[in-house]
Amino acid sequence: MSGITIPVQTDKPKLAVYKFSSCDGCQLTLLNLEDHILDIAGAVEISFFLEARRRVLPPPYDIGLIEGSISTPEEEERVHQVRRDCKYLIAIGACATSGGIQSLRNWANVKEYADLVYPSPEYLKTLETSTPVAAHVFVDFELRGCPINGDQLLEVISALLAGRKPNIPSYSVCMECKRKGLPCVLVSKGEPCLGPITQAGCDALCPGCSRACYGCFGPMGQPNINALGGKLTGELKQSNRDMKRMLRTFNGYLEPFKQASDYYERLEKE
Amino acid sequence: MTGVDQGVQDVWFLSMQGLGHMVSTLRDKMYTVVAPTARDGVITFAEIDSVDQIAAGVRDEMGPGKYRLIDDPLSRPFNYVVGQDSPKRFFFPPKLELVSMHIEGKRFVLDSTAPKPPKLAILGVRPCDLAAIHVQDRVFGYGDQATAERCETDSYYNLARKQSLLIAVNCTQPSSTCFCDSMGTGPRAKQGFDLSMTELGGGFILRAGSDDGRAIVSELPVREPSPSEVELGQLKIDQAIERMGRHLDTDHLMELFDEQIDHPSWDEVAKRCMSCSNCTMVCPTCFCSTVSDSNDLATDAATRTRHWESCFTHQFSYTTAGPVRGSTRARYRHWMRHKLGTWWHQFDSSGCVGCGRCITWCPVGIDITEQAHRLRHDRNTDHSQDEPIRERGLMV
Ligand code: SF4
Ligand code: SF4
Ligand code: SF4
Ligand code: SF4
Repeated sequence: MSGITIPVQTDKPKLAVYKFSSCDGCQLTLLNLEDHILDIAGAVEISFFLEARRRVLPPPYDIGLIEGSISTPEEEERVHQVRRDCKYLIAIGACATSGGIQSLRNWANVKEYADLVYPSPEYLKTLETSTPVAAHVFVDFELRGCPINGDQLLEVISALLAGRKPNIPSYSVCMECKRKGLPCVLVSKGEPCLGPITQAGCDALCPGCSRACYGCFGPMGQPNINALGGKLTGELKQSNRDMKRMLRTFNGYLEPFKQASDYYERLEKE
Repeated sequence: MTGVDQGVQDVWFLSMQGLGHMVSTLRDKMYTVVAPTARDGVITFAEIDSVDQIAAGVRDEMGPGKYRLIDDPLSRPFNYVVGQDSPKRFFFPPKLELVSMHIEGKRFVLDSTAPKPPKLAILGVRPCDLAAIHVQDRVFGYGDQATAERCETDSYYNLARKQSLLIAVNCTQPSSTCFCDSMGTGPRAKQGFDLSMTELGGGFILRAGSDDGRAIVSELPVREPSPSEVELGQLKIDQAIERMGRHLDTDHLMELFDEQIDHPSWDEVAKRCMSCSNCTMVCPTCFCSTVSDSNDLATDAATRTRHWESCFTHQFSYTTAGPVRGSTRARYRHWMRHKLGTWWHQFDSSGCVGCGRCITWCPVGIDITEQAHRLRHDRNTDHSQDEPIRERGLMV
């Protein structure tokens, strides 16, 4: 089949999946839902998903999943068209909800970076910053994670189609960690775990592998970063630089991780 | 557990090798045996199929926000106290599918039958945890007519408890965060067990508290203990009382909370508390849960699941108008008043058994005994002559 648009008559809700500045990990999470991908294909018409199929149906779409941050002038424009084309727009993953790892550039000089990395940086068209989708257009729902959790994605799609509120908690990773009965790596090993300030959703993946959470689901609702910072920089001997780096790893440009990382940067420079 | 008696108990001596017999006897009687194991550096209750899986040759050290399991030259089991988890999850599972159904025409059709709990023998229940099980019995309406009449009983919990066998181990080595003595729950298990054990180095003083317990003993290689063995057992427990790591004065606590409802220390605790909920997750009596529905994309099936929840989460009390307790200050205060005060009004017992877990497993080491002490230290009225709302301790 060629890339020609073929109009299809369908009563099913139409799903579109978009990619912006990202690693494709979140789209892969969708494709990796092996047991359920056919269920999804049965429940919605996959109308625009370039990573999965060449066939493209014309907009409007009922549900749009958007992966990636806005980091180029072209993306800055395209995201507005995406918003116009989709009834519900769901930002998926750390890039789309916080600006992602690439938002580290927001604290640096992009031109200097580009000159260092590329032999001919003049061909590059990039913005000074990498920002989340919600910084540009209205987003109906945000799904966190680097990458997102497949069950959470399925939950959001199922909830949307059934017309109910998705069960996506805003509490800490510790809740999932304790429900699973995993030994706490912070208390029992002195690892600098960000679980107490990070939003649940991964089913405590990292503590399940006996390692500390590094915050890839971003801040939980009302996190007390200062309290955890006191423990980590005090008893657990993390430096202010360590704190800054931990907070900036995946969701650094998302408040209140951003504010807290700036605070530790100030302490680092003092 | 059937035929639990409160009075005279039979006493035996069981050798260290006899512990293996106990495990195999329980398994022969079709029990799923759960005992403390050493998992990833933490004492953890888990299913075992042989006695060597019981943690031995380790001892625990803990303090506020800190826990370490270290090698111990003594190779005996039970030379440690409570780990992160209590037996709670075996009766009140952290995640339980309640019901599943599908749509047929215009009707819901049930697909699931009620989940069946295993027949559990929990070996190595510490006295505080034993007391906590009896606290939850009241919450979920097991063997307690008053609760059963007042609210819905939990069928999974009731069935799990009905067929369970509880083997307590008295404490001779309390930790620095233990305060069971203050709460009247330990270090000696007084009632509500099928069997209780006190470790003596070469073996155990064994006591039966029910017919089920006696039936197990009848199949074990026990002998009569010498008077000095019995005395040594008593002595070790008495010494444990003296070495209790923490203390909580339970006198007129409810009045204390009412009086100090606006004490500045609540704000100070809130500055440190992360609302991470670890304290409530590890607490052997905390019973909050949430029920959520999910639906299947491919079929018209839906499932209702119950999960542990916590009064510390922002979303737990969330209503259309926002969270009922919007600040960490309000949530911490609510939790502590409930554990030590309003639980009495609700269930006629304390909600705290003094296990110390919330102190040890709070990542920032917030200490319930310290907060109670601060409130009392700063109070201005003396209530010591008043009639107390309830006697000190648990279910007296
Ligand atoms: S290991 Fe981390 S996520 Fe798990 S309970 Fe401890 S602090 Fe929380
Ligand atoms: S434990 Fe933390 S870092 Fe690991 S997957 Fe979960 S949120 Fe991400
Ligand atoms: S409140 Fe703390 S000390 Fe009391 S029973 Fe719960 S976890 Fe144990
Ligand atoms: S008291 Fe400690 S464990 Fe409990 S919510 Fe606060 S910080 Fe977490």
